[in-house]
Amino acid sequence: MSDVRYGMVIDTATCVGCAACVIGCKTENDTPSEYSRDWIYTLLQGEYPKLRLTIESQRCNHCENAPCVEVCPTGASHYGPGGTVQVNPDKCSGCKACIAACPYEARYIDPRSGAADKCTFCMHRIENGVATTSCQEICPTSSIHFGDLDDPESDVSRLLATREWYVLKPEAGTQPKHFYLR
Amino acid sequence: MNEITNTRHNHLIDPTMHVWGWEIPLYLFLGGMVAGIMIFTGVRMLRGKGEKTSTALSLLPWTAPVAISLGMFFLWLDLEHPFNAWRFYMAFKLSSPMSWGAWILLGIYPVSVLLAWITTPEPWKGLAREKLNGLPWVRSIDAWVHRRISLLAALNIVMGAALGIYTGVLLGTMASRPLWNSALLGPLFLVSGLSTGAAFMLLFGLSKEERLILSRADMGLIGVELAIMALWIIGLATGGSTSQGAVAMLFGGPYTAAFWTLVIALGLLAPLLGEWLELKHGAVPGKGTAILVLLGGFALRWILVFAGQATGWVSDIAMR
Repeated sequence: MSDVRYGMVIDTATCVGCAACVIGCKTENDTPSEYSRDWIYTLLQGEYPKLRLTIESQRCNHCENAPCVEVCPTGASHYGPGGTVQVNPDKCSGCKACIAACPYEARYIDPRSGAADKCTFCMHRIENGVATTSCQEICPTSSIHFGDLDDPESDVSRLLATREWYVLKPEAGTQPKHFYLR
Repeated sequence: MNEITNTRHNHLIDPTMHVWGWEIPLYLFLGGMVAGIMIFTGVRMLRGKGEKTSTALSLLPWTAPVAISLGMFFLWLDLEHPFNAWRFYMAFKLSSPMSWGAWILLGIYPVSVLLAWITTPEPWKGLAREKLNGLPWVRSIDAWVHRRISLLAALNIVMGAALGIYTGVLLGTMASRPLWNSALLGPLFLVSGLSTGAAFMLLFGLSKEERLILSRADMGLIGVELAIMALWIIGLATGGSTSQGAVAMLFGGPYTAAFWTLVIALGLLAPLLGEWLELKHGAVPGKGTAILVLLGGFALRWILVFAGQATGWVSDIAMR
């Protein structure tokens, strides 16, 4: 899988903030109550009547240069298939350094295991031949795109080549692989 | 207007990140104090050979392994998956200060225990030898350490410095928490650790000459600590919006009163004044100033751990 580089692209122009992605993820990944691996962030800017609403479905950015992997003392947080960032709960001591190091506040402790947890880009699906992540599959406006950033023909590559996009906190130097289309 | 709503509601990070509770500042305080004790006793061994040593000072090195064990117990309490603690010792991660720390803590034990054994007064040593000399390896270690006193003293200084510095580097390398994100936190925690180590030693029945040395050293250390703290604050205040937002925690923000009264006034300036007055009037340095230094060192770590966690990147709103 080393020749693949997975990334996610969210179209903020079509996202309505319905939070189906949040529910889809919770159902698919059985996250504990009161925690979720993705969430809806809305930003309302301007002065009435000139208002501008940005809606983002947020999750782990699967950074190219991930601070959580750097600080992890046991190697539990690591780079997994296709350049994704993964957690091996068997190695995690629950020291929470990764939670403190994440600029995107994407991690939590699963109270059932005591291990750090977060979005996996649904690697259990992708690695087994399913083409979509659960959030992508459930999205009613098809605003979530997932694929190989290194393949110029992929859905995500074509969108990034033709549309204006941004990433979150680029100044953090983390090189996220999670993009938003304007 | 910027109005943000977020459905995340993760109680560990919303509205502000707070994953580390009371255990961490308590550990950082004990770790710094142990670093100070190890360095002071190591220096004393190297430079004070043959000098008369009070019983209290001869026994004080034993407090290093005891206090660090207590600190590590608090660290262990903080772990969410405590029975995986052994995983720290199945890896060494160059990029992880916490991994460095785990191995440093392991190295603290042999060097501090062996130094403590060397400085233990003869009657106690004799008693222990009587009980343990049946074991041949005890006899050979006993003979070996007494030939390597300078080496063990130097190792205590090196390991103590590593312990003191790493506790600051651990926080200082987190770019996501701008209040901590300064290379000055390493030296700040080391100097504060030395100061609290000296203060802790002053709580015991040391001789007048020993008290004077420690009290004078502490005055210098408090001066250096104030200077490093000023540089740390200036560094943040003259940085970008994220750094400025972080330092505002101590200038008008929720930790302002606690930081300026407990750390700066009561923890540094008051003991500095007290030690100067004791020195000026030829008094034997007492325990009052030492208690203030210890409270100040604890308050510094407590405030830094909690205030730092509540800081983060602030500039992303403009990015949309």
